[in-house]
Amino acid sequence: MLSPQAKQKIDRELTKYPADQKQSAVMSALAIVQDEYGWLSSEVMDEVAQYLGMPQIAVYEVATFYNMYNLKPMGKSKITVCTNLPCALSGGVDAAEYLKKKLGVDWRETTADGNFTLVEGECMGACGDAPVLLVNNKRMCSFMSNEKLDKLIEELK
Amino acid sequence: MAEFAKTFDYGPDAIILKGLDGSNWRLKDYESRAGYAALKKILRDGLKPEDVIAEVKKSALRGRGGAGFPTGLKWSFMPRSFPGAKYLVCNSDEGEPGTFKDRDILRYNPHVLIEGMIIAAYAMGIAVGYNYIHGEIWSDYDRFEEALEEARAAGYLGEKILGTDFSFQLHAFHGFGAYICGEETALLESIEGKKGQPRFKPPFPASFGLYGKPTTINNTETFAAVPYIIREGGEAFLNLGKPNNGGTKLFSVSGNVARPGNYEVKLGTPFAKLLEMAGGMRGGRKIKGVIPGGSSMPVIKGDVMMSIDMDYDSIAKAGSMLGSGAVIVMDEDTCMVKAAERLAYFYFEESCGQCTPCREGTGWLYRIIHRIEHGLGRQEDLDLLLNLADQIQGRTICALGDAAAMPVRAFVKNYREEFEYHIAHKRCMVGPGGYSTRHVAESLAMAAE
Ligand SMILES: Cc1cc2nc3c(=O)[nH]c(=O)nc-3n(C[C@H](O)[C@H](O)[C@H](O)COP(=O)(O)O)c2cc1C
Ligand code: SF4
Ligand code: FES
Repeated sequence: MLSPQAKQKIDRELTKYPADQKQSAVMSALAIVQDEYGWLSSEVMDEVAQYLGMPQIAVYEVATFYNMYNLKPMGKSKITVCTNLPCALSGGVDAAEYLKKKLGVDWRETTADGNFTLVEGECMGACGDAPVLLVNNKRMCSFMSNEKLDKLIEELK
Repeated sequence: MAEFAKTFDYGPDAIILKGLDGSNWRLKDYESRAGYAALKKILRDGLKPEDVIAEVKKSALRGRGGAGFPTGLKWSFMPRSFPGAKYLVCNSDEGEPGTFKDRDILRYNPHVLIEGMIIAAYAMGIAVGYNYIHGEIWSDYDRFEEALEEARAAGYLGEKILGTDFSFQLHAFHGFGAYICGEETALLESIEGKKGQPRFKPPFPASFGLYGKPTTINNTETFAAVPYIIREGGEAFLNLGKPNNGGTKLFSVSGNVARPGNYEVKLGTPFAKLLEMAGGMRGGRKIKGVIPGGSSMPVIKGDVMMSIDMDYDSIAKAGSMLGSGAVIVMDEDTCMVKAAERLAYFYFEESCGQCTPCREGTGWLYRIIHRIEHGLGRQEDLDLLLNLADQIQGRTICALGDAAAMPVRAFVKNYREEFEYHIAHKRCMVGPGGYSTRHVAESLAMAAE
C-alpha cells in the first residue's frame, strides 16, 4: 500500500499536469516511493500503476529505462561516482578506484555489511566539481579528495 | 574544507551570472539586480508579442543547448492563433559530458530563467510551461521549486500576471538518469510519463509537441538571456558578441586546467583568453587537445585551438561545433585512445536502442576502441572504426548517433599515431594511467583554498 505521505506527495505532482495526463506524474511517483522503500519491487510499481490509472507494463518500462531507479535492493547508501571523461581528467576514476579498494567491492556490488553499493555514473552536469558522487541519488558531494571520501564513508556507516 | 570559492569568478563580461555569490538567488536579490524589470516593461508599455519576437531576432540569440538554432526564428514558428493548449518547455536536462552551466543558473539565479520563460510564453501566447531538470542535481530542482513559489506569491506567475490579462503557469519536472532525455522529443516523451525515446521528425514540436500540442523547447541559458535582451534591447545584446553570434556565452571549462569552472564571455573571445581565465593548464603542462562544445563534438588539436575564437562560426570553420559550450581540455599526458574509449562507452550506455545503427554501432565503436586501448587492436581496426562511423552518422532518428560517430572520427584523424602505436606496441604512448591525474591532489588543494 502506498503510504498516506507518498500519496500526498504524488497528489501534489498531479496538480502540475492536465487532468487527463496523470501518467506524467509517474517519474516523480516512482522517485517518491523509491525514497520510502529503497527500491522498486513489482508490488510497489503495481501500486503506482493503479494509483495513476496506467497499465503496469507502462510503469515497468519507465522504471527500467531511467537508471536512477533501483530495480533491486541496494546497500543503505548507494554511491554513484561519475567516471566520464571530464571528471576522469580531474580524478573521477581515481576516486572510484579508491572507494573500490576501501569498500572492497567492484561496480554494482554491495558491501557484506549491507551499508554500501557502488555504482558507476555518467555525467551529472557537475564536471567542474570533479571528483563528484551522489549518495542515494539526491545528495551530491563535490571535490572528493581521498580525505573527504574517508570522512563521508565514516559518516554514512 | 571550503567549497570551490572561485566558482563565482565568472569573468568581467558576465550578464547572466553577474554579481552572484551563491546566496543571493532569492526573489528580492534578483529584483535588486533589475530582475523582472523586462517583464514589467513589456506589460506596462503594452509591447506586442510580435515586438518581443522581433527584439529577440535582432539580438541574434542562438540556442545554447547544442544546435545553435536562432531563437527568434524558432519562436516565430509557433502557430499564433491555435485553438487550445500550447506549451513552453525548458531543457535543463544538462547531461552532455563537460557541461555544467545550466546548473549554476538554476541554483544561483533561478529567477532569470523564470522571467525569461514568462516573457517567452507571452511572446508565443502560451499558458503552461515545464522546466525539465536533470535528475542528478536534486537540490537544484528543490531550489527551483522554491523560486517558483516565490514568483507565484509575488504575482509574476499564475493567473492574471501583475494584474493584466496574461496568465502563465510554470512547473518543475525532474529526470531520473537518462542522457537521451536532453534530446528535445525524448524529453517530451519523458514529461508524458514514458521511456525517453526520441520521436521521428517531422512533425516538429512547434506543430506536434507535448501532449500533441504546439510546443517550443529552449535551453536554460537561452531563456536566461531573454530578460537582458528585452531590458537593454536586442541590439545591445548583439553588440556584446559579433554578427550572427550575439551576446555572451557561458563556457564550462573542465579537464586539465588549473581552475575548472564556468566563465561567461562575449562570443568571439579568443580561446587563449578563456584558458587564461581558467587559470591556464594545470601544472603548466602542454595542451594536447580540446573538445570545444561538449563530448558530442569533434576534438581539435591544442595548437590549432589556441588560435581560435569562441563563437559558433569560428569553431565551425575549424571543423568542430560550439555545441553546449562545454570546453574539455586535455594535456600532453592524456591518452587519446583512452579518452575516446570512455566517450564511446558513454554513447553505448546511453543509446535508447530504437535504431539499429545507433544501438549496435555504438556497441561496436566501444568494443573496438576498448580492444585497441587494451593492446588487442588489429591493423584494420582504424578503417573499421571510420567505416562504422559512416554507417551510423545520418542514419538514425536522433542526433545521438551522430554524437557517437563524430568524436570517434575526429580522435582517429587528429591522433592517428597514438592509435597506431597502441596497435603496434600493445601499450600506451603516454605512459601508465592515461588520464593526467597525477596532479589531482594539486587541483583539489586549490579547490579548497
Ligand atoms: C543526444 C542529445 C542530447 C541533448 N542534450 C541536451 C541538453 O542536455 N540540454 C539542452 O538544452 N539541449 C540538449 N540537446 C539539444 C536539444 O535537442 C534541443 O536542440 C535544445 O534543447 C533546443 O534549445 P535551444 O534552441 O535553446 O538550444 C540534446 C540533443 C541531443 C541529440
Ligand atoms: S539515434 Fe540512438 S538514441 Fe537516438 S533514437 Fe536512435 S537509438 Fe535512440
Ligand atoms: S563528467 Fe562527471 S559530472 Fe560531468
